[in-house]
Amino acid sequence: MAASQANSNIGMSGKRKRKQASPNPPVPQIMKQGAFVPWLYLLPALAVMTFFIVYPMINTIGLSFMNSDGTASAATTCRDGQPCWGVFENYRYALTDEFNTSSPAALWKSFWSSSYGNTIKWIVVMVFGTVTVGLAFAVLADRVKYEALAKAVLFMPMAISFVGAGVIWKFVYDYGTSQTQIGLLNSIITSLGGRPVAWLSTIPINTFMIVIVGIWIWSGFCMTILAAALKSVPDEIIEAARVDGAAEWTVFWKIIVPIILPTITVVVTTMVINVLKLFDLVYVMTGGNFKTDVIANRMYTEMYKNFNVGRGTAVAVILVVAIIPFIYLNIKRFLEQEASR
Amino acid sequence: MASVTFDHVFKKFGEVIAVNDLNIQIEDKEFLVLVGPSGCGKTTALRSLAGLEEISSGEIRIGDRVVNDVAPKDRDIAMVFQSYALYPHLSVYDNMAFGLKLRKTPKEEIKRRVNEAADILGIQELLDRKPRQLSGGQRQRVAVGRAIVREPKVFLFDEPLSNLDAKLRVQMRAEISKLHQRLQTTFIYVTHDQTEAMTMATRIAVINKGVLQQLDTPQNLYDHPNNLFVAGFIGSPAMNFFRGKLRKDGAKLLFDAGDFSIALPAAKSTSYEPHAGKDVIFGIRPENVHDAEFVPMNIATEKVMAKVDVTELMGNEIFLYLMSGNNTFVARVDPRSQLRVGQQAAVAFDMENLHLFDATTEQAIR
Ligand SMILES: Nc1ncnc2c1ncn2[C@@H]1O[C@H](COP(=O)(O)OP(=O)(O)O)[C@@H](O)[C@H]1O
Ligand SMILES: [Mg+2]
Repeated sequence: MAASQANSNIGMSGKRKRKQASPNPPVPQIMKQGAFVPWLYLLPALAVMTFFIVYPMINTIGLSFMNSDGTASAATTCRDGQPCWGVFENYRYALTDEFNTSSPAALWKSFWSSSYGNTIKWIVVMVFGTVTVGLAFAVLADRVKYEALAKAVLFMPMAISFVGAGVIWKFVYDYGTSQTQIGLLNSIITSLGGRPVAWLSTIPINTFMIVIVGIWIWSGFCMTILAAALKSVPDEIIEAARVDGAAEWTVFWKIIVPIILPTITVVVTTMVINVLKLFDLVYVMTGGNFKTDVIANRMYTEMYKNFNVGRGTAVAVILVVAIIPFIYLNIKRFLEQEASR
Repeated sequence: MASVTFDHVFKKFGEVIAVNDLNIQIEDKEFLVLVGPSGCGKTTALRSLAGLEEISSGEIRIGDRVVNDVAPKDRDIAMVFQSYALYPHLSVYDNMAFGLKLRKTPKEEIKRRVNEAADILGIQELLDRKPRQLSGGQRQRVAVGRAIVREPKVFLFDEPLSNLDAKLRVQMRAEISKLHQRLQTTFIYVTHDQTEAMTMATRIAVINKGVLQQLDTPQNLYDHPNNLFVAGFIGSPAMNFFRGKLRKDGAKLLFDAGDFSIALPAAKSTSYEPHAGKDVIFGIRPENVHDAEFVPMNIATEKVMAKVDVTELMGNEIFLYLMSGNNTFVARVDPRSQLRVGQQAAVAFDMENLHLFDATTEQAIR
């Protein structure tokens, strides 16, 4: 502290003279920035973060190399005659246990019904779905009279807890055992003369039925951010394109989308992170059964259903590693945007 | 290349009538300037022609074709916007090529036209840059270039120079005039700056509050304004106005401003007679007010006494700000004038160049 004051005194001596001449009150010494002072302001936040995030993370990584209750090395859980990765045994379990390696075809098939395969399906379908629906809605709502109302309606599901949304949609997808179908979807189908479908237990459509719920919830979020970006595209640029000979469709793809591409990228990476972390919908609607498991739900299952701390934390670490590139992309984008201001 | 017609065009925004019964026939290859104060409806008129606003009633024709219901992209016009509206994600080359690509122009042809336009505008070395790497003047050129390469029937400009500094504005003014001569196409140019209008236009349409005031050549507008608004708007510094009465004194007609009265030329008495006894507004341009000591030869003048309030020496002339009773007015006098601040002086009004307006209708009496 004292050192920094001395430092800034030397550095600021020229400026201080001018400051004194001005009618403004002198700036308190502590407000003057050196190399040290900014850290002082960051300290409380850093301390809290260290205690609640960094420490638990290190602890989690540590536990992922231990047995089911954290009392001995994971290597002790190896069984004779079975594959064993020693201290990485929990990772062997997390990474390979769901796969059938007997043949390439079996591996392919088992991959796509594993939590990893399902998570990839989730990412592809849900990110594409939310961004497309969000963007389409943002563009269209911009042109209707009751814009605010239309947007509020799409945003509404965001206000419902995911567990609540899961329950609502379980009713929609309900598959009655007798003649009467209380599920909305099936009653529509039967009233039209079709046969009811067990939406949540029929593989492979069940995963996609849950993804639809995810899209229903998250589209509003994407729309809000994309709508703000759309509003920032100057009208005159769009009009210039129209005068230049562009039809509406061309204006959208050749002018609007490229201009808001940075925002679209942020929305995509944010959604990827959200989907990777997503657990509640699967937990509520199928509990990960019928081959609908995802990585985040698997972590929960190992941790709190099987009470295997070692395996649960290993899955958690894998999940974090998967998320890091997307967080990196987001931060990089953010810094670029700041720099171009 | 085409003529453009506004035929009883109205454009309303709710209660606001932005364009009020506009009738203009713009000839092929003409450089027409729409001029008027801010908010008078110039932009709205131009945007209606471009198809960016739907008009409330009337008809707009390009050539012989009614374009009321034609989309902007099919009107074969190019527009230069006030903000330039360059596509921020495209290079200068692609900005200029955008419209041509949409029309499926062959690559070689696009290249030829873009390079030609870049040559004309002196932006060859900027073709690879993005708009944000350009200065205001360079962006302006690119915006013009984007319009040129399309070779449209009609060019529209909406205050294209208003974001440039004064020096660049004068330079671009000349370049746009040159461009018009070179391209031999119809130009329609919107500005609030009467100097721009006077220097560039073949004809000027003066608009106020959505209503066309007068449509004529720059010289005719300057010499024969139809009404008080046009008289005051065209010319810088603006025309001096005096309120007063037209009085008959024997055979002579006098303009009586209260503080002074001057005899009006006998030649005009037939047109002035009917207004005798009524309130009128007398107008005279600053360059037609002379120091009585330095009156040019062969002009008929009337003397008025006034007090010198401020003098501005410009080198080639002197601006005098004068007071006569409650009237203040400006004179541009010979630089040899010895009149100084505070002096009571005689100034001479050139009676060949007076303007008289009916005080109630504000229409010119002539
Ligand atoms: N989109 C709009 N909605 C409502 N009023 C408008 C709109 N555009 C212009 N106006 C009004 O129309 C009048 C003319 O505007 P404008 O054509 O932009 O004037 P100018 O270009 O001559 O400055 C103004 O009173 C303006 O407020
Ligand atoms: Mg305007």
